[in-house]
Amino acid sequence: MSTGLGAIVTEAHETNATALVVFVALFALVTGLGFAAVRWRRAELDHLDEWGLGGRRFGTLITWFLLGGDLYTAYTFIAVPALVFGVGAIGFFALPYTIIVYPLVFIAMPRLWSVCRANGYVTPADFVRGRYASKHLGLLVAITGLLATMPYIALQLVGMQVVLTALGVEGDWPLIIAFAILAAYTYQSGLRAPALIAFAKDALIYITILVAVIYIPSKLGGYGAIFDAAGKALPAHKPKPGALIPTGADAQIAYATLAFGSALALFLYPHAITAVLSAKSAQTIRRNSALLPAYTFLLGLIALLGYMAIARGIKPSNPNFAVPDLFLDVFPSWFVGFAFAAIAIGALVPAAVMSIAAANLFTRSIYKGYLRPNAAHADEARIAKIVSLVVKLGALVIIITLPTKYAIELQLLGGVWILQTLPAIVVGLYTRWLHRWALAAGWAVGMIVGTLMAQSQDFAPTYPLDLFGTKINAYTGVFALTANLIVTAVLTLVLRRSGPADAADETRTEDFDELAEGAEPPPRGATVPAA
Amino acid sequence: MNRRPSRWWYALLALPLLGLLYPPLYARSDPELAGIPFFYWYQFAWVLVAAALTLVVYLVTRKR
Repeated sequence: MSTGLGAIVTEAHETNATALVVFVALFALVTGLGFAAVRWRRAELDHLDEWGLGGRRFGTLITWFLLGGDLYTAYTFIAVPALVFGVGAIGFFALPYTIIVYPLVFIAMPRLWSVCRANGYVTPADFVRGRYASKHLGLLVAITGLLATMPYIALQLVGMQVVLTALGVEGDWPLIIAFAILAAYTYQSGLRAPALIAFAKDALIYITILVAVIYIPSKLGGYGAIFDAAGKALPAHKPKPGALIPTGADAQIAYATLAFGSALALFLYPHAITAVLSAKSAQTIRRNSALLPAYTFLLGLIALLGYMAIARGIKPSNPNFAVPDLFLDVFPSWFVGFAFAAIAIGALVPAAVMSIAAANLFTRSIYKGYLRPNAAHADEARIAKIVSLVVKLGALVIIITLPTKYAIELQLLGGVWILQTLPAIVVGLYTRWLHRWALAAGWAVGMIVGTLMAQSQDFAPTYPLDLFGTKINAYTGVFALTANLIVTAVLTLVLRRSGPADAADETRTEDFDELAEGAEPPPRGATVPAA
Repeated sequence: MNRRPSRWWYALLALPLLGLLYPPLYARSDPELAGIPFFYWYQFAWVLVAAALTLVVYLVTRKR
């Protein structure tokens, strides 16, 4: 989930021994779970379907925890309330964003699951390659996914770094240890590791937030008093005044387009699609579209923590510390340790799924696509495991050597970039009309337009477009996607008259039918029945 | 027997988008609910409504 937040993660904190002990104990417990995952629903892990998609047999409950743990990341839990703390209402766009995403998921993702299952596709790039019979187009989708995912993994480290700093732990080594452990059990257990850890993570997060949204308002005089305090304090914020209610066309268009564009982007991210494809049936995904809003409600409550920090008079050196400092201020040490562990462990699930998704993309679209077309299943699994290590190492190096600001800017760009794969992936689920060359050209235009727009605004999420004298201040990704769609449609019209004929579509119409008989097939190669 | 459920049910899924993507509809303080401005509780309410709508569409479009 992306938010336009720019800040650096440094603030002096005293070491909190009790909190640290609780934190380390919970972290150790989860590490044990990660390594135990290899025994869970045991299967041959030398097949990419098993290592990279958990054997495509996660039921409704596991998928709920995995997707929830995967999409609502540690960085989200830090950045959303930080944004609300800083600017007020605009930061709340995360709520409509994560509401409207599920009706969209309900419609499109079961189709994607069905066609991927029928054809053995492991990534969205596999689908695009097969659908348009073009490995180059598949490569573009894979590269976009890799570019968007790398900075996102790096930002998970930022979430972890914030709570470590707030605990008074200095230096890079705790982060390096945490990521080394994560890398080891992801390498060993594949997608089963984050799926199992997600249970623990989400239990900790739900308890933390429920306690916070009941206990903290009781100390601050209730929600009415919190909103009153925030409404008074926000307009005085510098450099940009905030507001409790978004007024004026600029703020409202920004709010709506950020919500809409982010919702379109979320399920194009490789880590979201990896979790979707690991479900055991299309029905599992349909059911989860109705169940995942529980996490959205939680996210809304987390966003309100930003206002609680204002009402409590928290004055952090940078907004990322608004919630950690609030917790340090109001909670006893042992619960601070519990809450911070929830956030840090919250970084592990998405980081693991993202690195697996990136590894799957590289293995299928680059290694098998170009380097070793005849790679055996065992080769694929071996390469994917190694790439998952490389990807995590890369994210670690980015965070330790570069200012955090770059990771945040790259993550914002990542959202704009990943949106450019929408025509190939989502439109491709419904029609083969778009021409593969037109899709490639539209993609290129969208990537360039989006990047230049974001750069010209110093990586703020919106761009003030002058359209025939009317100024529209909207999410950059929406503008870039519009340019992409126009180019793709116009060039398709031209190419359909004079261009090269389509190569053979690998998929069949019936592959897409998410309601087809046998949409809940018996698990493949499973020795243990799925839950 | 094996008749496909009507696709028209899917139109229900457009309601959350209509309710949330036009902020002038709800960018107001009043009426407050227990001290919470309308802007906030309206959107929280949509979390529940959207989930309920999705559940309804799931149930009626299931092949039995």
